[in-house]
Amino acid sequence: MKNIGRWLIPVIGGAAFIYLLVPIAYIFVFSFNDGGRANLQWQGFTLDNWLNPCGAPAVCESLVHSLQIGVVATVIATALGTGIAIGLVRYKFRFRKLTDVLIILPLATPEVVLGASLLAQFLNLGWELGYTTIVIAHVVFCMSFVIVTVRARVSSLDSRLEEAAADLYASPRAAFWKITFPLLLPGIVAAALLSFAMSFDDFIITNFNSGSFQTFPKFIYVSATRGIPPQANVIGSAMFIVALLVVIIGQVISYRRKKQLENA
Amino acid sequence: MSVELRSKDEIRAEKRKNRTGIYLISPGLLVLTLFFALPVVVLLAMSLYVKPPGAEIGEFVPGFELSNYATVLSAYWPELLRSFWFALIATVLALLIGFPMAYLVAVRLRERTLLQGILLVLLIAPFFSSFILRTQAWKQILADEGFIAQSLKFIAILPPDGHLTATPFAVVAGLTYNFLPFMVLPIYANLGRLDTRLLEASADLYASPITSFTKVTLPMSAPGIFAGTLLTFIPAAGDYVNSALLGNNRDTTMIGQVIDSRFFRVIDYPGASALSFILMISILILVTIYIRRFGTKELM
Repeated sequence: MKNIGRWLIPVIGGAAFIYLLVPIAYIFVFSFNDGGRANLQWQGFTLDNWLNPCGAPAVCESLVHSLQIGVVATVIATALGTGIAIGLVRYKFRFRKLTDVLIILPLATPEVVLGASLLAQFLNLGWELGYTTIVIAHVVFCMSFVIVTVRARVSSLDSRLEEAAADLYASPRAAFWKITFPLLLPGIVAAALLSFAMSFDDFIITNFNSGSFQTFPKFIYVSATRGIPPQANVIGSAMFIVALLVVIIGQVISYRRKKQLENA
Repeated sequence: MSVELRSKDEIRAEKRKNRTGIYLISPGLLVLTLFFALPVVVLLAMSLYVKPPGAEIGEFVPGFELSNYATVLSAYWPELLRSFWFALIATVLALLIGFPMAYLVAVRLRERTLLQGILLVLLIAPFFSSFILRTQAWKQILADEGFIAQSLKFIAILPPDGHLTATPFAVVAGLTYNFLPFMVLPIYANLGRLDTRLLEASADLYASPITSFTKVTLPMSAPGIFAGTLLTFIPAAGDYVNSALLGNNRDTTMIGQVIDSRFFRVIDYPGASALSFILMISILILVTIYIRRFGTKELM
């Protein structure tokens, strides 16, 4: 009885990791399937899908759309969100409580409701649904995540560093760009990566505000009934590998920097 | 009357500083107002629209038709309740699976940094691969002709004509799967700061491992559990990808699917808006009760 936790935690934890990774492995394995357009059953190994990732109609087109929207929405959401995060922590102004509510509320609202309310707004304004409306929708839901992430970083920042810079005759602008911004950068980068991942993968809000404009998740959802072409698995796996490399390189860089600081 | 201790220059500097704050905040706040707050108001207004006599499909005029709410509630209360029920089960399951995961990585492997790093990357790995592709993968893994369904039929756990997909089981499993990282990561962040000497101290004071867990580990990780349950429950309640791909029958329809089809298939904007508004308000009420009951100041 005494040792129950000793093995129980690794067993449950290990099983949970397998549960988490099985579908990812499945997607990877089936990207090599010689299954034609449906890709439902294993038909044999082929490299064709990897050599010709744009082989199925509309796969690459929708991928390019998603990448464009992801980049644009991330840049806007990160810039606006970082401004709010710094402003909220560092400056006094009226309507603070109201601003807090406005930031938290989108996080407590399910995607269907965010999507539906924006759709109602666009219908009311008579705007045509497409690229612009998707970008707007993505900026809105990414921004709250950026604010929460960056704000945590700003709050934990020692404001005496900036005061020290001011004492050393740095102008407020110089103090910000030389001291504050570099210290905030890891938080801002993390927020931007999170934004991009969420925008790139979003289906529900996009589905409400896209009209006939195709994004990668929409493409997969629509083709799910007929069978998803293996090229979609290739793109899913390739994105996964690229993201994994980015994280690993980031870890190595921060590890090296830590070592350098320790040695200095 | 208070005496102003600051010089004119200082007051001016203070004012200039606060003006910078306003420049920083306004653009983002404007976007949130125009494309979050205002749309919610429009949604509320649209939920009260009326269909004029002899109108075409999709034609509505502004009105104050409160009976829209009664109509959709009486038609779709089972889907609404089912959404909360499924989301609740998925949240509890995700907590039961997610806590040991977070504990394993954050506490047990604290000394072994390489393995800890690898598992941490695996923990965020699902974010790097498409949510819908993974859900579709589950659909194929659990399919009737798949290995798992066949083996379960072989050992007679599943009747010969039974299914794994198109069942509430598959939908709840899918929800649990998809939102598991949202449960694990906040708990991990909390347990990462857990001082294991506290556990040693409680053991030295003759606390059993279970007592140490309930009196030390659990209270210390409460903010993470709190955040994780909210991050799982809210999106799960509104999700319809899992219920559409893994369920897609009458026993598994969730409210998100209904809202989507009222908007796009039936073109019933007032009904769909009313349902969206009901969903938003019910979640806000549930979350407020939850925060009042268990909340910590740390979260907000």
